[in-house]
Amino acid sequence: MHPAYSVIFFTTASGAGYGLLVLAAIFAVAGLIPAGMWLGLVTLGLALGLIGGGLLSSTFHLGHPERAWRAFSQWKTSWLSREGVLAVVTFVPAGLFAIGWVVLGSVTGLFGWMGVAAAILAIATVISTSMIYASLATIRQWNNGLVPVAYVVLGLMSGAVLLELLARGFGVHRVEIDVVAIALLVLGWLVKLAYWRTIDGMRPRTTLATATGLGRFGAVRLLEQPHTEANFIMLEMGYSVARKHARALRAIAQLTLFVVPLAATIAAMLVMPMLGLGLALVAVGALVVGLLTERWLFFAEAKHDAMVYYGR
Amino acid sequence: MTALPKHPPAKRLGLAIDLDTCVGCHACATNCKEWNTGAISAPLTDVNAYQAEQRGVWFNRVFTYEVGGEGPQARTVHFPKNCLHCDNAACVTVCPTGASYKRSEDGIVLVDHDKCIGCKLCSWACPYGNREYDEHVGVMKKCTLCVDKIYNQNLAEEDRVPACVAACPSKARHFGDFADPNSTVSKLTRERGGYDLAPETGYQPTSKYLPPRPGQRGGAAASTTREPSLAGAGRFLKWVDRVLTR
Repeated sequence: MHPAYSVIFFTTASGAGYGLLVLAAIFAVAGLIPAGMWLGLVTLGLALGLIGGGLLSSTFHLGHPERAWRAFSQWKTSWLSREGVLAVVTFVPAGLFAIGWVVLGSVTGLFGWMGVAAAILAIATVISTSMIYASLATIRQWNNGLVPVAYVVLGLMSGAVLLELLARGFGVHRVEIDVVAIALLVLGWLVKLAYWRTIDGMRPRTTLATATGLGRFGAVRLLEQPHTEANFIMLEMGYSVARKHARALRAIAQLTLFVVPLAATIAAMLVMPMLGLGLALVAVGALVVGLLTERWLFFAEAKHDAMVYYGR
Repeated sequence: MTALPKHPPAKRLGLAIDLDTCVGCHACATNCKEWNTGAISAPLTDVNAYQAEQRGVWFNRVFTYEVGGEGPQARTVHFPKNCLHCDNAACVTVCPTGASYKRSEDGIVLVDHDKCIGCKLCSWACPYGNREYDEHVGVMKKCTLCVDKIYNQNLAEEDRVPACVAACPSKARHFGDFADPNSTVSKLTRERGGYDLAPETGYQPTSKYLPPRPGQRGGAAASTTREPSLAGAGRFLKWVDRVLTR
C-alpha cells in the first residue's frame, strides 16, 4: 500500500499524543507526579498538540478536506467515522482535566475522574484508528489481531518515552516512570517481532486462480494488463519500493524504536540528572525516527488482494 | 447511513460476463468511458492524457490471461472487469460520510459525489480493485451500472442497458436481474455454471462470470511445424524444387 506521509504523521503523532495523555493522567491522578502548572501545561499541551496536529494532518490526504465534518456521521458501520467521533469526544474530558491540572492545580475529585475518562477514551480512539486498517479483509498484513495491539502498545510506549523526558526536565522524575517505560519498550519490541513473524508466515488468501475463477483450467498468468501505464489502483495498492529493503528497514526500525530508547532509558537511571536528561532526549530522538520507519513499513509491506489481477 | 440494506434488494441488477465469447476488443471499456464521462459521473478525468505517465478514470478494464500453461492445453482468456455490485459490499460500510451506498430497490452500489471526502478507504476495502479515484475532482467514482441510462425514459426501450453491454460486438455481456430466476442472466448462470470472482472474500458479488467452454482439445495439431512434403509432385515440380533449394 502506498504510504501517504500525512497518514504516517497522523498515526504516529496522535498515537504518541494519546499515549502521553493516558500516562500523564494516570501518574497525576495516582499522585506520582505533582499537579504543577508548568508541568501540566507542557505535558498536556504536548499531548493535545500531537493529537490535534495528527488529526489535522490526516485531513491533508483527503480530496475534499472541507467536507471532513461529514466523517462524524457513519459511526454505526465505519471505523474511520468512529475514530473521528471518539477523537473529538476525548477532547472534552481531556480539556476539563487540563483545566483542573493547569488552572486550578487539582487532579482529584471531578478532575481526577475526567483524567480517567480521558485515558479510557484515548485508548478507545487509538483502537479505532488501528481498526480502520485491521478491519480490511483485503489486506492480510493488516487484517489480524496484532495490529490493534501494536497501535495501542506503541502509542503508550511513545507516551512513556516522552513522559521520561518531561519528568526529568521538570525534576519530578520517579523510578515508576522508568519501570513503565522499560516494560512498554520491551512489550512493544515483542509485539512488533510477533507481528513481523506473523505476516512473514502468511500465504495469500486470494490468488490469480481464485480471483479470476480460471484456476480450474490450469495455471493462470497475466498476458496483457489493460493499459500500458500505471493506473490509480496500481499506484495506490501496488507500492513495492520498501519490500526490496524490508529487512534493512526492519533492522533500522528495531534499533531506533526499541534498542536505543531502551539503552538510553536504562543508562539514564544510573547517571546524574543532567546526563539523564540528555539521554532521555536521545531516546525521544531515536523514537521519532523509529516510529516513522515502523509506520512507513506498516504501509509499504501491506499487499492488497486486488493486485493479483495485475499479476503481482 | 452506510449500512447495507436490511433486506435483500427487490431486484439484484448485474451482469453475466461470458469469458467464452469475449474477444478482448475493449469496446465495452471505451463505450463505458464515452457514456460516463458525459453522465452523472462526469467528468472521468484523464491526467497527462497526451504525454508519459498518463492515467485516468476508467470503470471497466480488460485484462488478458494465459490459462493452462504452455502447450496444447493453453488458452487465452480475455477478462473484462468492472464493479460487481456485491451483496456484502464492504466498500459501502467502511465509508465514513455516507457517500457510498447500496440501493435497496435494485442493489446498485453508488457514490454520492457531493458527500465524498476522497479518503479512498472504499478503494482499499474492494478486493476487486473496482473503485476509481478521480484525483482532479477529489472524489471516488465507480461503475454505476449506467443507472442514468437503464432507467432513462428518453431512450428507446432496447437502449436501456449499460453502455458496456450495448457496445459488446460478441454478445459477451448480458444485463439483467439476478433476483428473477427466469431472467436471461439467471438462466445463463444456471446453464453455464456462472461463478463469483474470489468467493473466499465473502463479498458475494451480484455479477457473475460464465467460464470458457471446454472447446476442441486434443484434436489434430495445427500443421504449422510439419515439414513440407514433395509426395505426389511430378518431375517438373521436383526439378523446380531442386533449383529453388540450391
